[in-house]
Amino acid sequence: MPHEVDMTKALMMSLKDWYSQQTERWPVRRVQLLVGEFTCVEPDLLRTAFAKQKLGTFLENAEIAIRDSPFIAFCRNCEREYKPDINLEYGCPECRAPLDEIRSGRELKIEKVDWDIPVGAER
Amino acid sequence: MITETKGPISTPASVDLNIDILEENDDLAARSRRRMESHGIACVNIMSSPGSGKTTLLERTLTDLNGEIKIGIMEGDMTTELDADRLRDCGAPVVAITTGRSCHLEADQIAAGLNTLEREGGLDRFDLMVIENVGNLICPAAYDLGEHTRVVLVAVTEGEDKPLKYPIMFHGADCVVITKTDLAPYVRLNVEKLIVNIRQVNATATVFAVSSETGDGMDTWLNWLRGQRRPS
Repeated sequence: MPHEVDMTKALMMSLKDWYSQQTERWPVRRVQLLVGEFTCVEPDLLRTAFAKQKLGTFLENAEIAIRDSPFIAFCRNCEREYKPDINLEYGCPECRAPLDEIRSGRELKIEKVDWDIPVGAER
Repeated sequence: MITETKGPISTPASVDLNIDILEENDDLAARSRRRMESHGIACVNIMSSPGSGKTTLLERTLTDLNGEIKIGIMEGDMTTELDADRLRDCGAPVVAITTGRSCHLEADQIAAGLNTLEREGGLDRFDLMVIENVGNLICPAAYDLGEHTRVVLVAVTEGEDKPLKYPIMFHGADCVVITKTDLAPYVRLNVEKLIVNIRQVNATATVFAVSSETGDGMDTWLNWLRGQRRPS
């Protein structure tokens, strides 16, 4: 079982918690995620798992939109950012210092939820 | 003629959430960490691919320490309790956590495991809680369990390129242990190259090599483990 199934369960749980805390709840149309390149999550598998798990929940009519976050490291020696070459070379291309600080690419976040507010209910 | 014009029935709106997908897991993990700290326990999460020698290293560790460090074990396995039984035979209190079809441990399972150990004799009897994660180099890296340090094992039989293929796991390690070194002459592994590859993805981890079979390097490992205990 791909771990995206468990990741989606966690995602649904976080959204359910958030939704239950809202005083006014409207139909959710879209969930916007930020998924880093340097995580174990494969966006397509997350989409598939979500399509299945949303059935019968308040997210039934929602789709997910995934924004990729690029893998960017920072070399303290050269004081510059660089993009590691996944599977080939992770160290700094200039001075060969090992992968150390990661500036971007570890994100697994729910950024936004888009929903439809019925006319007349807007604040 | 009067025509009825239909206006929009709803207005789209966006709400900023900015919450981590694994927030619930991470909150629970943080709670377990504080709970263990309040009992003076340091927690080590051991991860590797299946068959890298996690259980064998722990068997040898418990035997060699002979009660010097009071260790509790949380043993993660997908289906059986075979590994848990092996460690029980070495005299340590063991909680077996079977994950079913899931390929990693999550923070709620560790929290429940702590409850079990507390019920069965309290948590003050431990110096160290060792979690043996499910054998897998991918998703266990994503789940904080409440540990203080992460150990990743890689056997000489696995080849030099494992750190490059599973960089997230090796990047997150505080300590990398190269295991089964007694087999190195038979598998043509270049240990130097393996270490270079570990270093490529992790600048700071402690790296050393052991053989649970011959005992080579066990002293270094045991000393590292002794150093993880919380000052009393």
